[in-house]
Amino acid sequence: MELLQPGLGLLVWNFVAFIVVFFILKAFAWKPILKSLQERETGIADAIASADKAKAEMAQLKNENEVLLQQAREERARMIKEAKEQADKMVSEAKEKARSEYDRIVADAQLAITQQKNAALTDVKNQVGSLVIEVAEKVLRKELADKSAQEVYIKKLAEEVKLN
Amino acid sequence: MVLKHVKSLLVAAFGLFLLTISMPSFASDAPGHEAGAHEAGAPKAINPSEVIMEHITDGHEFHFFTLGDFHATIPLPVILYSPERGLSVFMSSAFHHGHEAHNGYKLEHGHIVAVKEDGTPDEAVHVYDFSMTRNVVQMILALVILVVLMTKVAGKYKAQGGKQAPSGFQNMVEPVILFVRDEVGKTNLGKKYEKYMPYLLTVFFFILINNLFGLIPGSANVTGNIALTGVLALISFVVIIFSTNKHFWGHIFWFPGVPVPVKLLMLPVELMGIFTKPFALMIRLFANMVAGHVIILSFIILIFIFGAMNSALGFGSSPIFIALAVFIYLIEVLVAFIQAYIFTNLTAVFISQAFEHGDHHDEHGHH
Repeated sequence: MELLQPGLGLLVWNFVAFIVVFFILKAFAWKPILKSLQERETGIADAIASADKAKAEMAQLKNENEVLLQQAREERARMIKEAKEQADKMVSEAKEKARSEYDRIVADAQLAITQQKNAALTDVKNQVGSLVIEVAEKVLRKELADKSAQEVYIKKLAEEVKLN
Repeated sequence: MVLKHVKSLLVAAFGLFLLTISMPSFASDAPGHEAGAHEAGAPKAINPSEVIMEHITDGHEFHFFTLGDFHATIPLPVILYSPERGLSVFMSSAFHHGHEAHNGYKLEHGHIVAVKEDGTPDEAVHVYDFSMTRNVVQMILALVILVVLMTKVAGKYKAQGGKQAPSGFQNMVEPVILFVRDEVGKTNLGKKYEKYMPYLLTVFFFILINNLFGLIPGSANVTGNIALTGVLALISFVVIIFSTNKHFWGHIFWFPGVPVPVKLLMLPVELMGIFTKPFALMIRLFANMVAGHVIILSFIILIFIFGAMNSALGFGSSPIFIALAVFIYLIEVLVAFIQAYIFTNLTAVFISQAFEHGDHHDEHGHH
């Protein structure tokens, strides 16, 4: 049957054409196309991988931020507490100090008052004494011009002393 | 949805148009051959097998139609070599469609034979016909288009790099290339696929473009020619043989795991198996493409057979046969892709069979 008889011309031309086309396409078409496709695929894979990496990094960063924030919050609370304590302490110390100072001043004042009072009293006593002595001297000089009056007086004094 | 319907309608209309414009060639083909035997105006008998054969076999010219004495043809170069007479090159138009001898050669039923001075065949002269037949010319035309398109696409990849989205024709070709690479190459050949990709892609697109060009009415049935599928199968055979390893041959000459008499029995079976694989490749592509063309042509010829009985019957039945032919035509477009895929895929399968077990052992060796 004619259909099954291969023509020599077509066999040869086909073989030559196929080989030529194969080498042309291999060099100028398949190689760059497959290379570009490969590049694109690795590019996409890389992009996805780096996106995942970035996502993970972001999540990590967020976590870190939260931790930092938490720490900052705690730090702030602690600082406020400490400051409060410090302030309280300072106030109480100041109060304490003021009180003690006040007490000291009051004590000093009392002491000074007492001393001055005592001094004043002594002074008064002394002056009174010297006045008394002066008066007494004057009285005595006048009264004790005679001997009997002296004796009477001495006697009287003696009695008075006893009463005291 | 609407767009889809419009598209299908356009395809159908275009197919119908192509079929109808190629119909005059059927109308006048058969008488064209026997114009010498019949007088003009004599009743025309249609010989379906002759018409079909003329359309699906190779020829020395592109023959579109014949109207009376006018032959619408494109003559092609004839290149002949015979040890006795040497090389002779001339255009096929010199034969005047088989009516005249030229340079001592004559066209007899599509074959060129050497003739003596008086016109009788000369058996003593051996003729080797290297003519650029219509299959050769159409194949080269298709391949030039393929090379131009693919290098253009490759140029786009080179210019844009791999990072940019494909566009235009590149976008159309890329999924096909990816399909061949992923579904044919990677699936069958595993890690070694890269080495075979240029061959698989070339075979795929070679068959595909020739299948599609063969579907154009009036064109040659390139892939439905046993010489062409034979050459492709031969090249695939060479690629398969060069991919074999020790394990493959060990399997063929001394089948493992069976008694010695069975080993001896298996030897011729396995040896034959080496050759049946490419043979199957050759026959499968050839038979599929021929069958499709024969069916379409048969439906068209039925119109003329009915028309010869009664012109009303011919016209009346034509829509049915046209519809059937269009249906087969659309299937043939599908088959053009499927057969290209099957040839490429089976080649990849056979290549993988040639080296797969060796790989297996190698892997075990490495572990």
